[in-house]
Amino acid sequence: MSTLKFKPINAGRWFVWGTFAFVLFVLPLVFRQGFALTLMNQMGIMIIFALSYNMLLGQTGLLSFGHAVYMGLGAYFAIHALNLIGQGKLALPVTLLPLVGGLFAALFGALIGWVTTRKAGVAFAMISLGIGEMVHAMSLMFPAFFGGEGGVSANRMVGPTPLAITYGPALQVYYLIALWTVLSMAAMFALTLTPLGRIANAVRDNEERAAFVGYSTERVRLLMFVLSAFFAGIAGGLAAINYEIVTAETVSTLRSGAVLLAAYIGGVGFFFGPVIGAVVFTFFQTALSGFTKAWLLYLGLLFIAIVMFAPGGMAMILMQNLRVMKFGLLGRLVRPYGWALAAGLLALAGFVGLVEMTYHVSAAGAPRELALGGILVAPFSATPWLVCGVLLTSGAALVSVAWRRVRTGWDEVQREIEAKLTASGLA
Amino acid sequence: MEFLVIQTLNGLSYGLLLFLLSAGLTLIFSMMGVLNFAHASFYMVGAYFGYQITHWLGFWPGLFVAPLAVGVIGMLVERYGLRRAHKHGHVAELLFTFGLAYIIEEAVHLAWGRAAVEYNPPPALDGPLFTVFESSFPIYRGFMAAVAIAMLVAIYLGLTRTRVGLVIQAALTHPGTVEALGHNVPRVFMLTFGGGCALAALAGAVGGPAFVTDPGMAAAIGPIVFVVIVVGGMGSLAGAFLASLLIGLLQTFSVSLDGSLGGLLKPLGVAASDGTFLAEVMSLTLAQAAPMLPYLIMVLVLIVRPRGLMGTRET
Repeated sequence: MSTLKFKPINAGRWFVWGTFAFVLFVLPLVFRQGFALTLMNQMGIMIIFALSYNMLLGQTGLLSFGHAVYMGLGAYFAIHALNLIGQGKLALPVTLLPLVGGLFAALFGALIGWVTTRKAGVAFAMISLGIGEMVHAMSLMFPAFFGGEGGVSANRMVGPTPLAITYGPALQVYYLIALWTVLSMAAMFALTLTPLGRIANAVRDNEERAAFVGYSTERVRLLMFVLSAFFAGIAGGLAAINYEIVTAETVSTLRSGAVLLAAYIGGVGFFFGPVIGAVVFTFFQTALSGFTKAWLLYLGLLFIAIVMFAPGGMAMILMQNLRVMKFGLLGRLVRPYGWALAAGLLALAGFVGLVEMTYHVSAAGAPRELALGGILVAPFSATPWLVCGVLLTSGAALVSVAWRRVRTGWDEVQREIEAKLTASGLA
Repeated sequence: MEFLVIQTLNGLSYGLLLFLLSAGLTLIFSMMGVLNFAHASFYMVGAYFGYQITHWLGFWPGLFVAPLAVGVIGMLVERYGLRRAHKHGHVAELLFTFGLAYIIEEAVHLAWGRAAVEYNPPPALDGPLFTVFESSFPIYRGFMAAVAIAMLVAIYLGLTRTRVGLVIQAALTHPGTVEALGHNVPRVFMLTFGGGCALAALAGAVGGPAFVTDPGMAAAIGPIVFVVIVVGGMGSLAGAFLASLLIGLLQTFSVSLDGSLGGLLKPLGVAASDGTFLAEVMSLTLAQAAPMLPYLIMVLVLIVRPRGLMGTRET
């Protein structure tokens, strides 16, 4: 007996993914400068890396402090493969090189994960930290593979060139990264819909129940871990092609921390959260670091603020407001949001001014004047400090007032939505 | 012999310093269930405070004021940061301390710059304590060990002989009952967190002159402290003590030994052909492998005996 199935095409989903792919396609036609391409390449790599990280943290509930190991090992194997192609010992188009990184990373993921994924929780977090530190320490011990202090470098314009793709022009590298980003994202999203993806969620939420249903929670964790390492390795392979050099920094705990920050700031509860996080993080790391030495301080503060006030990350903030918009109530929140934003910007301006002036003054042999957002100030006199201090304190005071208005407005709107839902019999 | 004595003493003094750090961390963990990633950052802040106060007032005031100041900072962090993050669960708390470590490191950059500062022991503690054959053992190393032992005794007496200590011990296992008996458990948590941070800062103020005081010192010692508390058993003070000495001795001895696996196996007629990866492994000296040994031990302990040497519960 066959059952009748109703399976409509999910038009909304196809639309979103289609738009995303299209945007990736036209972006380099709009932003033509070399800097924009560099930035977008880094974002693409970081998106894959952060999404692969979220397969662990968001989907399986495994908090890892050593995820850079898999991206780094993937990058190392990819760059060695690239050198082999250059020597003519391997006939592989560079387009497929990320697969080499992915497969080797998955291999090491299976090897290491076999030991580490037996337990979840703090034990996993600690052991991942230990393995991360261990691999980083090893990277300086085996110069033949890791290249010592200088790293391993290669030339990407080698090997067979189907369709005349040589990866000489930066634009070709961009499209390579964009292609792999879309492919990996689609694959990782599809994975969340498979039984494995669903059971991983169950293991995250309640390991005991998942075990009682009859699943080996260890095997589920291991499978997710290996797949996550695979995608991290693909990101590593792309990084190897993009930079043509891989150094010990790629396996460092700093990188592991970075991907945790990126994924969490974006929001680990939604599939697209880490995408936002990766874009924001890369912006901080690449664009903002050109302007200020204190970018890591700002990033750390953003992270702390997210942890304390919005643990769902930016994706959660976005989705909650979309819900309000769906019920046509966002208009009521626009004014409180505007006030809070204005007050926040005021406080931020004061804070940034103070931080930048402190950095300026503490540097030896600093010039007398400092340009802050186009304004020349004299950090060695009292006036700018006073102005920034007043900006910060008054801004902070205004924020606390405005925040209260946001809160009351928000609670009111939520109550109304609940009432509407109850009335329509949905809740 | 001379090498053995001096290196053992060096290893013990370093291990005792590690104990000052891990004691606070393991106490905080067993009480609040929080793995404090910023613990080594408080160690670093302690060293910098010690340096700054030495600059203003002298070494000895710094030794007292720096831990007190950092203890107060720790209490404020617990009261206004950690307690708020606690509402969102343990992962949020852990991530809060993780973010805090970033911020503290950047704040140190901001205040003292990126280069190492010159934090030296006072003249009274400069020079050799005694000499074994040719090698001398510095007074300052001995002083470091003495401070750590004094604190060890103080922690032990404080936890077992005072009223606050008994409340802390009770709150470790039965916070609900302690609260029902009328004790302010959140305040006990705050005091413990502050006390742990103060211990870390004391370790920093004492250890800063012995090692190097730079913005990288937190990132350098933080993972080692984690190794110590995992190997010793999470939440076990005795285990932390044992593991501190073990790791201290291991790190001190391994960096000064030149033996390699290849050298060990050579008399047995085992050798790898040149240029292979195996040959590189075989020719690796113990001194070169030293940085990874603590982590190797930690991973092995987590696999073989997840509750650590003296721990009572599995991590």
